Amino acid sequence: MQLRRSKLPETHALHAHQFDSMEQQRESTSLGMWVFLVTEIMFFGGLFLVYIVYRHLFHEGFVAGSHHLDIKLGAINTAVLIGSSLTMALAVRASQMGKRNLTILFLLLTVILGGAFLGIKVVEYGHKFHDHLVPGPNFEWKEKPEITHQVELFYSLYFCMTGLHATHMIIGIGILLALMYHAKQGRYSPEYHAPVELTGLYWHFVDIVWIFLFPFLYLLGRH
Amino acid sequence: MSVHVIPKRTYFLIFTVLLVLTFITVQVSFRDYGPWNTIIALGIAVTKATLVILYFMHLRYSDRLTKIVLLAGFFWFVILVALTLNDYLTRSWISIYFSNL
Repeated sequence: MQLRRSKLPETHALHAHQFDSMEQQRESTSLGMWVFLVTEIMFFGGLFLVYIVYRHLFHEGFVAGSHHLDIKLGAINTAVLIGSSLTMALAVRASQMGKRNLTILFLLLTVILGGAFLGIKVVEYGHKFHDHLVPGPNFEWKEKPEITHQVELFYSLYFCMTGLHATHMIIGIGILLALMYHAKQGRYSPEYHAPVELTGLYWHFVDIVWIFLFPFLYLLGRH
Repeated sequence: MSVHVIPKRTYFLIFTVLLVLTFITVQVSFRDYGPWNTIIALGIAVTKATLVILYFMHLRYSDRLTKIVLLAGFFWFVILVALTLNDYLTRSWISIYFSNL
């Protein structure tokens, strides 16, 4: 589905030949993206299930581990990511209206906010390394040594889930940078801007994963 | 073109609601409401996710096929969790399970 608008003659329809109309092509591309996102739900869903089961079996260790997470940094990161979703939505809106510079600006803001999220995550990970909370031979839980292995299990899942989420963000930022480059070349128009729209769906999905990670890891059993 | 452009105001309104919900869920987590803590935290997360899906991801304005695909995905996830917990949450009901440990 390579659409290089500049290379098409004026009278040629914009949609690819296997589609009846631009409308149908748009619906197909977005449906394809949603199907991919459903596989992503199952991808992260498995980890959430493991977390729920182990939290049920080793409740004390999970509450203790969760208590040690920095709720302030977690909350700030939630706000930053919601903000990046807003700028992403506005970037899609700008591309729908064919405003090229505005699209690039909002994509840039999304990249910056995504980078800020990852930066804060690096600080959080740093604290965990410093406190010997990274699963492995150096793991220590001095408050109550009997439950060390339970807390270690919590931190294994913490690093797995936030790590997988951060990987998605890094990939997302890469795609956003490519979009900015293509937008600058003038590849997108109100008729054709599917890449911006589909990247928007991906970015919002990653935001939703964090919306669930935040209460599961940071909030439950806090009081 | 039939691209549905949502007014800027809607996006900012949803953004504000999402921030307010985040603030509420953090405040609630510091207080003890017993089992309600978990219910409120997950309820707010589901509400936030729904808002993002409906407005930021335009699902409200998408065709029915897309909606069914997403619902099917969530439905499978519910099966995954429900059937697994069906096992783990009921194990303690059977005394043989413990006597054999």
